[in-house]
Amino acid sequence: MSAGSGRADGDASRERVLGRIRRALADVPRYERPRDHPVVRDYLRTHAERTPAESVALLAENLADYRAVVHRTDPAGLPPLLGRLLASRGARRVVVPAGLPRGWLAGARVDLVPDAAALTPRELDSADSVVTGCALAIAETGTVVLDSGPDQGRRRISLVPDHHLCVVRIADQVVDSVPQALERLAPERPLTWISGPSATSDIELDRVEGVHGPRTLEVILVDGDPRSL
Amino acid sequence: MPAFPRAAAVSTRDGGLRANLRHATHTIRAKRAAAVAELDDWERLRAAGAAIKDRTLRHLDHYLVRLEENVTRAGGTVHWAADAAEANRIVTDLVRATGEREVVKVKSMVTQEIGLNAALAEAGIRAYETDLAELIVQLGDDLPSHILVPAIHRNRGEIRDIFRDRMAQWGRPAPEGLTDRPADLAEAARLHLREKFLRSKVAISGANFMVAETGTLVVVESEGNGRMCLTLPETLISVVGIEKTVPTWQDLEVFLQLLPRSSTAERMNPYTSMWTGTTAEDGPRAFHLVLLDNGRTDTLADRVGRQALRCIRCSACLNVCPVYERAGGHAYGSPYPGPIGAILTPQLRGLISPLEESLPYASSLCGACYDACPVAIDIPEVLVHLRERVVEGGEVTVRGTRTVIKPARKHAAERALMRTAGWVLDHPAALRHGQRLAARTRRFHPRRLPGPGRTWTDSRELPEMPAESFRDWWARTRGGPTATRPREQAS
Ligand code: SF4
Repeated sequence: MSAGSGRADGDASRERVLGRIRRALADVPRYERPRDHPVVRDYLRTHAERTPAESVALLAENLADYRAVVHRTDPAGLPPLLGRLLASRGARRVVVPAGLPRGWLAGARVDLVPDAAALTPRELDSADSVVTGCALAIAETGTVVLDSGPDQGRRRISLVPDHHLCVVRIADQVVDSVPQALERLAPERPLTWISGPSATSDIELDRVEGVHGPRTLEVILVDGDPRSL
Repeated sequence: MPAFPRAAAVSTRDGGLRANLRHATHTIRAKRAAAVAELDDWERLRAAGAAIKDRTLRHLDHYLVRLEENVTRAGGTVHWAADAAEANRIVTDLVRATGEREVVKVKSMVTQEIGLNAALAEAGIRAYETDLAELIVQLGDDLPSHILVPAIHRNRGEIRDIFRDRMAQWGRPAPEGLTDRPADLAEAARLHLREKFLRSKVAISGANFMVAETGTLVVVESEGNGRMCLTLPETLISVVGIEKTVPTWQDLEVFLQLLPRSSTAERMNPYTSMWTGTTAEDGPRAFHLVLLDNGRTDTLADRVGRQALRCIRCSACLNVCPVYERAGGHAYGSPYPGPIGAILTPQLRGLISPLEESLPYASSLCGACYDACPVAIDIPEVLVHLRERVVEGGEVTVRGTRTVIKPARKHAAERALMRTAGWVLDHPAALRHGQRLAARTRRFHPRRLPGPGRTWTDSRELPEMPAESFRDWWARTRGGPTATRPREQAS
């Protein structure tokens, strides 16, 4: 073994595995660099040319296909809509990220539970709903992506409550495809991609919604900028 | 473990199992074809997926070192495990160090491969499976039989009985009067597991991808049990095979299109989690990555067999395989069933017993698995290559050392068969013809081979011929030309 004296066991295994790999690759020319091995990227960046309006329509359609409930409104309509949606479920305790614009829930008669590190999973479990923004949404797959930004909060808050309301800004948060989404996301942030409510097909392949994550996902597409509310 | 033909002979006589499997594989197959057809560039994505994985494998040492650097920089700790025993020891020690006696688990084939749950149990640590299908398997004291739907061999009535009889021993009992409606069964699992999610301090996962350039790990799932395990506990331990590495962040654009459509036939699975080390006040405070070899470097050393390491575990090859459909996943004697299992298991473990020696024969070489594979693994090519090793012996790498293995015993007759097979495979038209002929005459096929084949069938059931060859089926149902495989075009 190449591991010198004084090395921990773990280092010996590291050297063993790396050594085996190098011996296993004896057929790879020594001068070959990774980029010498071609990866042709002639696949499509998006699967159609779409106007912004078409992208939003496709997003709505694909979200609905995966049984998310989709709404459309403008900034002025957002607070009353959120109020109505929460009231119709009888939601009383609603979790909100620290950076969610204050005005969004101005019309809702609920107790706000601010996201905080000290919030235990059990406390979250006793909340009825959560309202978040998102980092972006992908039309071709019907996906919203959360990156723990100030209007989204910790990953756990969009997971434990049974009802998730997610607000998407049409103007600057909708992309067409997975390649476009990855380009805009920062890998160092924790990312959660959400395509419809939690689901399983493990029992005779019958799709059942809501196993461990939220059983209801409502996505609100907003025309205009609701950030200053 | 019995060798494949014997195990398959038992399972193919289980009518219930065959009906469950048939229903399941045919349903997924049809849905998948539709999801794939939505993307005009599927073949180009597939070629890119294969090329990215090849690039990674050809420079795996380089990428693993980068991955290690970037995970460490982001606050994670990287451990290396040469084999199953070492991985189990590392994980057990890490759990012990937390002082906890129970862990929650995200579905992961690699922890099945190394027998982690049993190792933890020996150390007095209870591991709870949280994927619904894995829960069914665990409560039923059973083994997974499909990559994507591990409890595919169970119907709703059986699941109800398992929940009713066993849940209480593992935590919250099943609700009174539990029915066999899928929604009720899922609800029972939700209640049973939520308790565990909310109190668990340690979680164990695998990963679908690890990005060398950024140190990011990716887990793709549907139920949210993955998100629970990855974000609620204080300590997260991920055990991942070294082949799950991809070089760059951008590479995910290929695999996040290939995997969901190929696997669950969805445009995108409900949840994908990506994390890079630890994040202050969001998610686990400690993150450990255990990089596992356990036969992967031996597989890498085989120039033909190495392509098996491209596998992204989508399970598409299982759902199109006529042999899997009849035999069921358990017959393959490992967590990796179906065509991929037939080439992966003998390579990871080596050709060490009659089971591993029989697996390369667990196929009709019809080629459907190759057509379905989103990273274009030529499974038939590897099968034939491994058959040759079984029959003729030759050079292999075992635990990092080159050795020459002898032909398997009792394979004298197969050697003769192989010569024929070799000729037939070099003559695809003959193969096509032969398969059709065999299918048409199947009623007259004997249970035992006459003449020199006898020693082989003395100990094995002769595999049953499908009623129709795959090529004929394809031609009949799709109406397209049958000879579209590149290998054939080349000949
Ligand atoms: S071998 Fe290919 S088709 Fe089979 S599970 Fe792996 S990636 Fe999927």
